[in-house]
Amino acid sequence: MRDSLPIVVGAAPFGLLFGALAVENGFEVYQAVLMSAMLYAGASQMVGIDLFGTNVAPWIIVLSIFAVNFRHVLYSASIGPKMAGFSPLQKAIAFFFMIDPQFAEAEQRHERGQRLSFRWYMGAALPVYVAWTAEAAIGAYFGKLIKDPYAYGIDFMLPMYFLVLVMSFRRRKNWMPVVLASGVASVIAHHLVGSPWHVSIGAIAGIVLAAIMAGGDKKPETIEPDAEGVQHVR
Amino acid sequence: MSDITWIIIAGALATYATRVGGHLVLSRFRHIPPRVSAALDAVPAAVLATLVAPAAVSNGLAEAITLIIVAIASLRFNLIMVLLIGAAAIISLRAAGLG
Repeated sequence: MRDSLPIVVGAAPFGLLFGALAVENGFEVYQAVLMSAMLYAGASQMVGIDLFGTNVAPWIIVLSIFAVNFRHVLYSASIGPKMAGFSPLQKAIAFFFMIDPQFAEAEQRHERGQRLSFRWYMGAALPVYVAWTAEAAIGAYFGKLIKDPYAYGIDFMLPMYFLVLVMSFRRRKNWMPVVLASGVASVIAHHLVGSPWHVSIGAIAGIVLAAIMAGGDKKPETIEPDAEGVQHVR
Repeated sequence: MSDITWIIIAGALATYATRVGGHLVLSRFRHIPPRVSAALDAVPAAVLATLVAPAAVSNGLAEAITLIIVAIASLRFNLIMVLLIGAAAIISLRAAGLG
């Protein structure tokens, strides 16, 4: 539970902002809450309400949500085997709550050699989930009171938040080449293909590079703990 | 039900599919080869970098400078402190007309 507090605080502006923007894009309050409760994936929720505001075909909106969330396939593959003593049902429940910081927390707990139990996992996940859902409602009701989000930099909180998370992984093997490859590829894809595909294309560039660079290793490398990263994300 | 509600339900199913899919597919392999392991290890930094890089170059000077400040601050401070520093930076730089 204690591990979740900084995530709750860190995500609060985005939860509130989502609620406010959703209503502005034509959502009812209950629909904003429903989206936070059912998707529970901030960036894709923002993409979803943004596209809805532009009258894009519904299936394209769903596909875009899928594209933004495609990273979870790799999170799930990475963290699944590390879930100690989870029953299949517990895993099915746990995966629903697997947001970016939850994944980062769980990975880092495992790397520290601590047991990744269902109890710890849900203790970290549930406060964030409850707060996130409540914030959609609060944001929807009161968001319009913020007259000038731009002047307060609210629209730019998300990239800042993601950048800190990127920095938290800097002790990992080949971090710099991976980040540069993904960053450059995503910028190019953003220009050529457009959002949200730059997320998947950029990520694949960095991941493929990591796989290529690992080719010279004779033995599987043990993953170095991200001691700093733990402090940042917590 | 309205279009929005259907989009939310379909989007939720698509999202949950990504969250269980990786484990269901990859758990069929007994040994994860070093290359796959290295690739998985690179996932979080690679994905998160794609959410930052376009924001760094496609906005104004205020945004680019703020991200540089955030990167440097994150070497030293925790997440919330860095976000406060970043918020102070973006507010003052935009107020100064660099946005």
